[in-house]
Amino acid sequence: MTAPALPPSDASPRVSLGDLYRGFFGAGARGFGGTLPWARRMLVEERRWLTPQEFTDVFSLCNFLPGPNVVNVSIVVGARFQGVRGSLVAFAGLLTLPLIAILTLAVLYDRFGQLPGIDAVLRGVGAAAAGLISATGIRMAAPLAGMPRALVFLLITFVAIAILRWPLIPVLLALAPLSVLAAAWAQRR
Amino acid sequence: MSTLATLAWRFTLLSFVAVGGVTSVLPEVHRVVVDVHHWLTDAQFTQLFAISQAAPGPNMLLVTLIGWQVAGLPGALVATAAMCAPCCTLSYFVARVWQRFRGAPWRRAVEAGVAPITVALVLATGWVLMKGATTGWPAYAISIVTAGLVLSTRINPLWLFVAAALLGLAGVV
Repeated sequence: MTAPALPPSDASPRVSLGDLYRGFFGAGARGFGGTLPWARRMLVEERRWLTPQEFTDVFSLCNFLPGPNVVNVSIVVGARFQGVRGSLVAFAGLLTLPLIAILTLAVLYDRFGQLPGIDAVLRGVGAAAAGLISATGIRMAAPLAGMPRALVFLLITFVAIAILRWPLIPVLLALAPLSVLAAAWAQRR
Repeated sequence: MSTLATLAWRFTLLSFVAVGGVTSVLPEVHRVVVDVHHWLTDAQFTQLFAISQAAPGPNMLLVTLIGWQVAGLPGALVATAAMCAPCCTLSYFVARVWQRFRGAPWRRAVEAGVAPITVALVLATGWVLMKGATTGWPAYAISIVTAGLVLSTRINPLWLFVAAALLGLAGVV
């Protein structure tokens, strides 16, 4: 349990539990509009705990694993320097301020969410947020544009989930293995 | 089953499949929360999403907000823990073996196979939220203009949220 997730190289800095908490606390506290860019800035540029290449490796793994990628980054980076305790401390640091902020907003929404002005503001922001996510999806889809195999699986998944509203888990259990097999077959040729 | 237990097992299951983060399982969260359990209305769901986007921190915190709406502070804590614990445990252990297989053909096949499905889920999220947000063509217009500006400029999305909030306040949507 206590072995580091990614063994630090000889050149790795010494990072204490307190450092981990403070570093990730800062990344979480600044993370308006996405925490990940701030986590990268903190890890690579400000504190130099990871090289850019190390960060990219950690990120590609965390992006691929289930769960919020920046939360996974805190787990993997924490483990790298301080094992399980490092993971827990980095995770706690990352979420301390955002949790307080979101619970404060939840209380305010309960009290004032039904006021006509707030309701109208949230309708506008909701529409914009839907647009932002759609743009993210379109941007993520761009590298797949020239790959018919990928586009077929993209389309089937979209129709099953967005249009037909089928439950996610059976859909994933059916489609993910097929998609991976198709990708393996495409690689072999 | 008690509401807290239902929250816990629903989000625990989702945590294991949330490749690409909470955004990609959002259509499923919407199905469970709005269609199956009727904990929130369609409009409330999109509003909570808007709040979670405007707040600092990972957008996973939408789950915290939903937990709060469903069962107060215990609900918020249970939903958050259920969403984090399984995937964090998985990350911890997988990180130890994953680096060893860098460049292995099966690893590249898994990555290439999962990518289109993750992208489809993010697009489905945009679709579901747009339908929840809409009160007619002005709301669709805000969504589409926002998407267009995000794709074609380097503007910070928070400014677009501010503009959309003002349009909402002015009674446009």
